Amino acid sequence: MAGPASAGPAAPISGNPFRFLSGLRLGDLLAIAPFILFAILFLLVPTIGLVVGAFLDGDGKFTLKNILDLGTPQIINSFWISIRVSGASAILGALIGLVIALAIIRGKLPAGIRNSVMTFSGVASNFAGIPLAFAFLSTLGRLGLVTIILKWAFGFDLSRSFNILSFWGLTITYLYFQIPLMILIIAPAIDGLKKEWNEAAATLGATPWQFWRYVGIPVLWPNLLGTLSLLFANAFGAIATAYALTGSSLNIVPILLYAQIRGDVLHNPGLGAALALGMIVITALANVVYLVIRTRAERWLK
Amino acid sequence: MSRTGLIATGIACAIFALMLLALYLYNHQGILVILVAAIGIAGLALIVIGLMKQKVDGEPTGKIWSWLAFALGVLYFLLPLLATFEFSVKIRREGYTFDAYSLVFADGRFQASFVYSLVIGVAAIVVGILLVVPAAYYVRLRAPHLRPIIEFVTLLPLIIPPIILVFGYIRMYNSSSILPLTNSNLGTDALLTLAYVALALPYMYRAVDTGLRTIDVQTLTEAATIMGANQVTILARVIFPNIIVAVLSGAFLTLAIVVGEFTIASLLNRQVFGVYMQNVGANRAFEPAALAVVSFVITWGAMGMIQLLTRFAPKTAPRNT
Repeated sequence: MAGPASAGPAAPISGNPFRFLSGLRLGDLLAIAPFILFAILFLLVPTIGLVVGAFLDGDGKFTLKNILDLGTPQIINSFWISIRVSGASAILGALIGLVIALAIIRGKLPAGIRNSVMTFSGVASNFAGIPLAFAFLSTLGRLGLVTIILKWAFGFDLSRSFNILSFWGLTITYLYFQIPLMILIIAPAIDGLKKEWNEAAATLGATPWQFWRYVGIPVLWPNLLGTLSLLFANAFGAIATAYALTGSSLNIVPILLYAQIRGDVLHNPGLGAALALGMIVITALANVVYLVIRTRAERWLK
Repeated sequence: MSRTGLIATGIACAIFALMLLALYLYNHQGILVILVAAIGIAGLALIVIGLMKQKVDGEPTGKIWSWLAFALGVLYFLLPLLATFEFSVKIRREGYTFDAYSLVFADGRFQASFVYSLVIGVAAIVVGILLVVPAAYYVRLRAPHLRPIIEFVTLLPLIIPPIILVFGYIRMYNSSSILPLTNSNLGTDALLTLAYVALALPYMYRAVDTGLRTIDVQTLTEAATIMGANQVTILARVIFPNIIVAVLSGAFLTLAIVVGEFTIASLLNRQVFGVYMQNVGANRAFEPAALAVVSFVITWGAMGMIQLLTRFAPKTAPRNT
């Protein structure tokens, strides 16, 4: 799962990238070599190996069959559910997180509230995986507190209209780490909206609505979009919560891949690599969007 | 505390007391009456104190919409915690007990998996520090132009989902590869540790880099070199002690991420705490809730330590940023 990624801008490198090789000392090499080696062996090579593996058949020859085999209804369906769950939890998480962040920063709430919310967000954005599933089963599951209290107090049977093991159940559960992540990332951007802009707009006769329409939202926009793609990638790669919540009954891509790695359920090792490639492409796209937009956004928030 | 703060806390307590009262009316647990009374009286007292306080001009009172947004947020985030805790104590028909916790704590597999997760977590922290501190120091001191590349590498674990990473490991380091790590127990443990180092890399690097930014790396290095220290001495005895708080923040964040991790460990067939939790979740009713509470307390503890540590961070300004 992702956290508060305060990624620096990937500025273009001027000059010779190998300049550091001149005048290199043994000590310098010892300082950086283990890190580079680790990155190559345990980040780059395994991932590239999967990407290459997606284009190889059983005998190690080039083939596009694995990629074409992704076109089965089961796999397309799993990608579609994954994209919908990630999209819904990212959009809702971004919207709700934005409203809460605006409330604690610009809603004139006591200062203590802001600090508590930020601290809690740090905890909640890391409270994912298996325990989160347990928490929501205890809340909205068939025997969950909210379910039984609603039934007893209002005679309303939640389990008839809502199933925690469904699209919306998973989305509501994912929001528990998506909203705090949004708050953590967007708060500095909202801080960057200067008070003077408000005053300037008000002096010119702008209503609060006009301020947000023509100043606030346009300035925040790149940040919003960027964070949205990060939240999307965050949900798209998540598996533990969904697995603990639904077993393997909800057919999302990471769970399908998990089952494939466990026991080759797709009966084709190459297809597993192709599935992984699909996930890499989608999360990488979302993250590249995040990094690019973030680099642009930082120009405004100096 | 401000007038508004007092009244708001009071109202929150009152609402919480009402929720507990509803719960009491449902299940008639005696302990709830005591809680309702205590929290309700405390809430009313806060409201009264707040109302008696003189109103200060210009003091922020908060807008209605922001209070509403905040209140709904509190409801969404606290309800699952409350429900989980309530679920974890109602294992017995007779009333609330902590039996689910004693059952869990007495379970040998809990102890084994938890200790194993801690050991792997600490190993990942040590390896992470050894990899990241020299690299970050080197980049800051001598090769600032490499910074974008290194930063991109440290962000890769956020881009590559854990399941992809472990799938790649399994294919790359299986028994028929050049480096057959998954062949032996020790090799698999090492692979798991390195996977956790990778997971924590973005957080560890950022923490260390932030720490390095707050000290004057250049001057410290020059001073130590003049006094005859070699690079290892400089790193271990000059730089490291100065960024220890930042390093510890990274360490606790690593622990928070790693202790409950499931995907990687499960696919490497390691019995970590996360895998144990999943097992219990599939077979038991009340113990999972107890485990979720334990797990939340651990996350909260790790993050709390970071908050505490940042208060002790050295506040020396760098000569040139």
